[in-house]
Amino acid sequence: MSAVCPECEAAVEVENLIVGEITFCPDCNAELEVLNVEHPEVALAPEVEEDWGE
Amino acid sequence: MSRVRVAIVGGSGYTGGELIRLLLFHPMVEISQVASGSQAGHFVHSAHPNLRKISTLRFCHPDDLTTCDVLFLCLPHGVSSGEIERYRTLAPRVIDLSGDFRLRTPDLYRRWYGHEHPAPELLSEAVYGLPELHRAELPEAALVSGTGCMATTSILGLAPLYRAGVVNQSIPLVLEAKVGSSAAGAKAGPSSHHPDRSGAVRSFEPTGHRHTAELIQELGQFEGGELQQMVAFSATAVEMVRGILVTAHVFLNENLEEKAIWRIFREAYQREPFVRLVKERNGVYRYPEPKILSGSNYCDVGFEVDREQQRVVVIAALDNLMKGAAGNGVQALNCMFGWDESLGLTFPGLHPV
Repeated sequence: MSAVCPECEAAVEVENLIVGEITFCPDCNAELEVLNVEHPEVALAPEVEEDWGE
Repeated sequence: MSRVRVAIVGGSGYTGGELIRLLLFHPMVEISQVASGSQAGHFVHSAHPNLRKISTLRFCHPDDLTTCDVLFLCLPHGVSSGEIERYRTLAPRVIDLSGDFRLRTPDLYRRWYGHEHPAPELLSEAVYGLPELHRAELPEAALVSGTGCMATTSILGLAPLYRAGVVNQSIPLVLEAKVGSSAAGAKAGPSSHHPDRSGAVRSFEPTGHRHTAELIQELGQFEGGELQQMVAFSATAVEMVRGILVTAHVFLNENLEEKAIWRIFREAYQREPFVRLVKERNGVYRYPEPKILSGSNYCDVGFEVDREQQRVVVIAALDNLMKGAAGNGVQALNCMFGWDESLGLTFPGLHPV
C-alpha cells in the first residue's frame, strides 16, 4: 500500500516506515512526513524557517 | 539464433561512430561492413579512437558494400535520397539517420528544404523512427527515418500536452534549443575553428530551422494533420560537445494546476524506457540537464507551470548523438525486430562529467 504525494500525486511507499518519519517522493523528490502507515498518508514536511535575526 | 547482419554507410562521422560503438555491444547484431568514401581501407578506430582494441573492423568503400539484413545510412543530408534505390537493393530494411525521409509529404519537404524531394514516392512509405510515437509501425517498416536531434527533444517534451489537447493553439508555440558542437558534424569549417567556436553562445538559426517541420508534422498528428499553430523555433550553439536543452513555452486552453500536468506527463511516459520525468523540489539537478546524459539514450523531460499566464514551460534534454541520432536509431531497430527496446542502450551516462 502506498500514499499519494501531495505535490505530484506519485505513489509513495510507506511500508517499513513509522509515523513522523521523513521520506522523499520518488518522482519529485519532495520531502514528506509520514502521517499514517495503516491508511497510508504523507504530507509535505515542514521546511526549516530561516532565522534572519529580526 | 543467428545475429542480424547490419552494415553502416557513412561510418566515419560522429553519428556513424556512435552507431558502431552501440552495435558492437548489441547482443542480437553483427556488424557486417562499415563504409566510408573518405576512410576506405583504414581501421574504424582510426576515425573513432574510443574503439581501439575493441574492434579490428576496417572501413570499406561504399561501392564494395554487399547485402545484409539492415542497412544504416549515416550520410550528410541530401545524399541518401539520391541513391536510395541502390541502397534498398542491398538490404530489405533501411534506416536512414539523415533528414531525407523524415517528412511525410513532398509539399512539407519543399517548404522547409527549399527544393523538390528526389524520391517523393517514398516519403509516405518511410516511418518516422521515433518509437515513443511510432512504435506500432516499426515492426513492418522497410524504410525508417532517423529523427532530428532538436526535433526529437522538442517533440518528446511537448507531445504529451498536444496529445492531451490542452494547448491553446491560437497562441504561437515558442521554443529555443541550445545545442553542442557535435551536432554540426565531423567536418570542420571556419565556424568550428577553435578560437571562434570555443566559448561561443551563437545564434545560428534564429528562424527557419528545418527541424521545425518535424514538429509541425509530429505534433499535428494528434489532430490528424499538420500543426496549424504558428511555431517559432530558434537554435543556439553553446559550449558543449554533446547535448541539447530545449525550453518551450506552451499556453494552455484552461488554467490547469501543476498536478494535472504531472498526470498528463506521467500517463505519457511511465512505461517508456528512455523518457524520464525530471522535476524535483530539491537537489542540484531539478530540471533536465544535458550534461549528465552524455552517452546515454535518455531524454529527460521537465516542466514548470505559470498559472498567472496559463503557461507551461517545458524543458527537455538529451544527447544529440544518442537519443537524438544513433541511440534512437538502435531503439527503432530493436522495435523493428521485436526485441527488448533497451538492448545495446543500457549505459546510464556519467556523473560527474
